Amino acid sequence: MPGHHLAQLNVGTLNFPLDDPRVHGFTSMLDTINALADQAPGFVWRLVGDGTGDATGVRTALGDDVLVNMSVWESRDALWDYVYRSGHLDMLRRRAEWFQLPKAAFQVLWWIPAGHVPTVDEAIERLELLRAHGPSARAFGFRDVYPPEEAACVNRA
Amino acid sequence: MDDIEAIAELRDPVRRRLYEYVAAQGHEVSRNEAAEGVGIQRTLAAFHLDKLVDTGLLETESRRLTGRSGPGAGRPAKLYRRSGAEFQFSVPARDYRTAADLLAEVAEAARLDAELQGAARRAGRAAGGPVEDLAAAEDLLAARGYAPLPDDDGVVLRLTNCPFHVLSQQHPGLVCGMNLALLEGLLEGADGLRARMDPRPGLCCVVVDSSKNNDH
Repeated sequence: MPGHHLAQLNVGTLNFPLDDPRVHGFTSMLDTINALADQAPGFVWRLVGDGTGDATGVRTALGDDVLVNMSVWESRDALWDYVYRSGHLDMLRRRAEWFQLPKAAFQVLWWIPAGHVPTVDEAIERLELLRAHGPSARAFGFRDVYPPEEAACVNRA
Repeated sequence: MDDIEAIAELRDPVRRRLYEYVAAQGHEVSRNEAAEGVGIQRTLAAFHLDKLVDTGLLETESRRLTGRSGPGAGRPAKLYRRSGAEFQFSVPARDYRTAADLLAEVAEAARLDAELQGAARRAGRAAGGPVEDLAAAEDLLAARGYAPLPDDDGVVLRLTNCPFHVLSQQHPGLVCGMNLALLEGLLEGADGLRARMDPRPGLCCVVVDSSKNNDH
């Protein structure tokens, strides 16, 4: 299938357990925010735990207390408009209430061939690449987006 | 063109009124509409509008307003809107943008969202006066550069300009949270008015709702 899509992973550690009333503000917004993503222009896919509607139950090699969020978008602008220009922003501005201060990069973007569904392991590999070497065509952040053509060359090499 | 030269183009009062009219509409404006809005001849408006495009203050695109195409559809109308470019000039030279970006970067890394929102709310409260209705809020927010535009029902003010645009693109969570808190502080004493987040592409992240019925 021709073309590229943008994959995204962000991770965070809650200040309190998921069922704690002090993070209810976060958990109570999840369904609305996820529904908003599903209907957002340019949305392709998002990670959902077995038998649930979101990814809060997904545990990874990053640790039992780390929540992961992963999705795929048609373009950088589609992802940007969802994250920063939709109701999602209202959640973002309250992140300090619920999430610990990240000690390293907590979000990574990378290009995938359209149609590919990224795995959690693949995503964590990209995050660790970003953390270890800084932004590159294979793993980058919102402020230093690389064009997909460059990523394709790197992936082939 | 240097920023100072672009800004100097607004010296002409007619040109300035045209710029302000187009910038405030929230949609693209034809030559006819701009001429009528400002109360001048269409040819004079066209001259000044194109001058504003040359300087980069406005942008233009051509579109057929009738929706027809092909032969006989007529020449497409030129439509004008505020350009995305920013122009700044200060004497003596000042560079608050670099300072703001550095401060925001550090505040972001330290997740000082709550502290920044607290400071913004206090600053808004201190700067806000009595705001009795949505029209008064419109004046207040216009003076602060938000370019407010009431919706058709007159119960919601959309803000068509973000005074912190570059910074809000760099640090959206931090800066939009600050902006909302600032506006909440400004409107704190205003009965029946509420600032809330409703971000949309191309607009400020905040809208002002009026829950009061218009009696007059």
